[in-house]
Amino acid sequence: MKPNFEPFNDIPGTTIFTIEKAREGFHLNQFCMSLRTEENRKRFLADGPAYLAEWPMTDEQKQAVIDRDFQKMLDLGGNVYFLSKIFASEGMSYVQAVSTMTDMSAEEYQAMMVAGGRNIEGWRSKKERGEA
Amino acid sequence: MAKIVAGITTSHVPAVGHAVDAGKEKEPYWAPMFEGYEFSKQWVKDNPADVDIIVYNDHASYFGMEIMPTFAMGIADNYAICDEGYGRRPIPDVEGAPELSTHIAASLITDDFDMTILNVLEVDHGLTVPMSLMYGTPEKWPTKVIPLPVNVVMNPQPSGERCLSLGKAIKRAVESFDGDVKVRIWGTGGMSHQIQGARAGLINLPWDIQFMDDLINQPEVLQYKPHLEYMIEAGSEGVELIMWLIMRGALGDKVNEVYRFNHVPASNTSVGHLILTPKED
Ligand SMILES: [Fe+2]
Repeated sequence: MKPNFEPFNDIPGTTIFTIEKAREGFHLNQFCMSLRTEENRKRFLADGPAYLAEWPMTDEQKQAVIDRDFQKMLDLGGNVYFLSKIFASEGMSYVQAVSTMTDMSAEEYQAMMVAGGRNIEGWRSKKERGEA
Repeated sequence: MAKIVAGITTSHVPAVGHAVDAGKEKEPYWAPMFEGYEFSKQWVKDNPADVDIIVYNDHASYFGMEIMPTFAMGIADNYAICDEGYGRRPIPDVEGAPELSTHIAASLITDDFDMTILNVLEVDHGLTVPMSLMYGTPEKWPTKVIPLPVNVVMNPQPSGERCLSLGKAIKRAVESFDGDVKVRIWGTGGMSHQIQGARAGLINLPWDIQFMDDLINQPEVLQYKPHLEYMIEAGSEGVELIMWLIMRGALGDKVNEVYRFNHVPASNTSVGHLILTPKED
């Protein structure tokens, strides 16, 4: 069966981690995996650019890590479970880190969650939203 | 004959594990969620089993991108706990069930399910948070565990049909094991949640409740729900719910609904939890 990733592009504000994206993000995600030890977390936090220089990632991927630009990292093949190792190393929660990818502050995002989360109405399709 | 005596599904939110580890269960934010599991904690005590088969996914905790098995099964004696970036959770290692898991893995492969075999595995919140919810904070876990990791992180994930069929094959495998062993099967993950992108925070409780109803009453229809619908309606991470279909397949045609619980939110997630038992006819 021919794989069809095309429909994922119509989901607003969402990056689906496909096998193709996984290939693009391989080294970025492997760098993230290295942060599962305290020793590596300390080295990374002490000197991010030096730590990143050890990994065959693109300059754009490295810059996105230094900027803690999680949306950019997703665009460049990162997956959020891998990227969580970056924010975990800084003691940040999922809620705090995830909110940075939205147009809300961490407080506003948390308040939205406590009030029942983001309502799906208007968030099903880019075409519906006039974004595509 | 070994027998599947119950099915349990629950979300496996990492923050729930941190809340248990920090003793925050009674705090106002967490209390309503943990209270929803009080019934279940008692029920698993009153209805004990020997082995729990726990269907879950690894979240880039043990598996990197070098190897990404679609379906895998642990057959080890013991499973250590992953450091997911915050340090290892202060919980006991998980004891395996080597004899039964070896039998099930062999049976599944013979039955055309190409399982990846794990003689070494460290388990993450996908497996340990459900155990904390059901068993609290014991010094030693009360059951032996067979971990069954599924790839739900990288698309394409296995189809719903394949997941339901795998569950049915697990039932056959368990029932062909000589020995009087009581087994529960757990489907973990979900319900609606999205933890990435501008649409992060998506929750769709009506969809979650319908999913539970369909899982109980018409899994043969539910199995054909396309992944695209999970992603749109339940969020990019909501596709974890295909793992509940594996649990359901292992319970047989008809089930009793022993318990149901929903709560929004835990962290970014709509929490859902079921206890089902096979209905003998
Ligand atoms: Fe998960």
